[in-house]
Amino acid sequence: MTARLFFPSQWDRRTRTLAAIGICLVFFAVIFIAAWLYGDQGQVTALKLRKLPPSWERPFGTDWLGRDMLARTLKGIRISLGVGLTAATCSACIALLLGLAAALLGRTVDRLVTWLADAAMATPHLVLLILLSFACGGGAKGVIIAVAASHWPALTRIIRAEVLQLRSADYVKLAPQLGKGPYWIARRHLLPHVAPQFLVGLLLLFPHAILHAAGLTFLGFGMPPHMPAIGVLLAESMRYLSMGLWWLAVAPGFILIVSVLAFDVLGNNVRALLDPKTLRE
Amino acid sequence: MLEANRLSFRYGRQQQWLFQNLDLRIAPGEIVGLPGPSGRGKSTLAKILAGYLTAVHGSVLVDGRPLPKSGYCPVQLLFQHPELAVNPRWKAGDILAEAGQPDAALLQDLGIEPAWLTRYPHELSGGELQRICLVRALTAHTRYLLCDEMTSMLDPLSQAHIWQKVLHIAEKRKLGLLVISHDKALLDKLCHRTHHYFATIADFPLLTIRFP
Repeated sequence: MTARLFFPSQWDRRTRTLAAIGICLVFFAVIFIAAWLYGDQGQVTALKLRKLPPSWERPFGTDWLGRDMLARTLKGIRISLGVGLTAATCSACIALLLGLAAALLGRTVDRLVTWLADAAMATPHLVLLILLSFACGGGAKGVIIAVAASHWPALTRIIRAEVLQLRSADYVKLAPQLGKGPYWIARRHLLPHVAPQFLVGLLLLFPHAILHAAGLTFLGFGMPPHMPAIGVLLAESMRYLSMGLWWLAVAPGFILIVSVLAFDVLGNNVRALLDPKTLRE
Repeated sequence: MLEANRLSFRYGRQQQWLFQNLDLRIAPGEIVGLPGPSGRGKSTLAKILAGYLTAVHGSVLVDGRPLPKSGYCPVQLLFQHPELAVNPRWKAGDILAEAGQPDAALLQDLGIEPAWLTRYPHELSGGELQRICLVRALTAHTRYLLCDEMTSMLDPLSQAHIWQKVLHIAEKRKLGLLVISHDKALLDKLCHRTHHYFATIADFPLLTIRFP
């Protein structure tokens, strides 16, 4: 996978996987710590330093009010990550509950949940997001509710299928014959299969949630202008692109893409680490 | 005595009967063969005898009492595909421990090396896994062992080795054995008698193979 491209080939698969996970975690730690260290920089205006292109002193340049773009980008991505993480976590929890309910509570519940998931998947994603965010009054709350309420169907289906498949597996049917009770079977047989699916599903939801939160904000249905999330920065930069201030859009966009990719790498490597088939390669 | 009295089974109301009024008795220490072509319900019968499924009519009794609803079942079933009968996320040691602490002498008897116990199922071969499953099924509480095509996917050498051990253990512990197989020669060699319910019925359409 991606880990193979970046690390020496004499490392084994496990070391490369752990290294990739470590680098992703360090990357996120750096974002949060740097955003915190910058204090109120990025909010104060310095009219003498307006519209400076990227330089060694200011790697991301400054905007039309002289605010440092590196500070603004780091703070923006921190807000976006926070919103994305909250939304993805809520969404994954909804998916876990609905998936388990569909698989365990009988045919009627299963039909209902499957129908809901189909309906949510059949609705155009962005339209649903805009509607929900608008209905919830916009802002961080609106974005979180909209993203949480629209991203659960895929993971719900995965968890439902996993549990249904487990329930019909020979080794699960065999456990009661060895004298094991339902609670023991749920903890020892079901949990070790469902937990990794949930964790990896959660990690792979983050990029979607972050991108959609940024997209909603960019379109004006998300965070308000005084919360400089990545979507707000990108939306503001549009007005200055034609004036040649390209760095206002490129720098935050680049950091957004890198963060999203980092979550993708993290999810795929955690999956490789949790699966016994790839665990020891 | 493991008794099946007038068992009838079908998978749904619209389905054909797989068997009707089937009687079967296995005494402790007795080895009974059950031959018959594919798709006739041999495995289904084994699942009913081991308590995995409930018969539509009829009853299964162990020493005059029905199979226990909970707790360890004295009738244990061995599957044709051991890789489906073990949790792929468990190491072999955990798989064995599900049935309680495995007997060290039994492990040695079946040639299970201690190194296998720290491996995952995909790191073991079919024969090695089947022996793990066998140890799991052969706790001290097991009275009857149902072997559903247990060795049909193993090579003749492992097949002979496993059966030799199983026969030895069955004799020592006075286990009742039901051997389900297509292999007439194997059944003739192993069993005291064969039960011909599935071998004789002919009202299912038979599979005909034609080569162009």
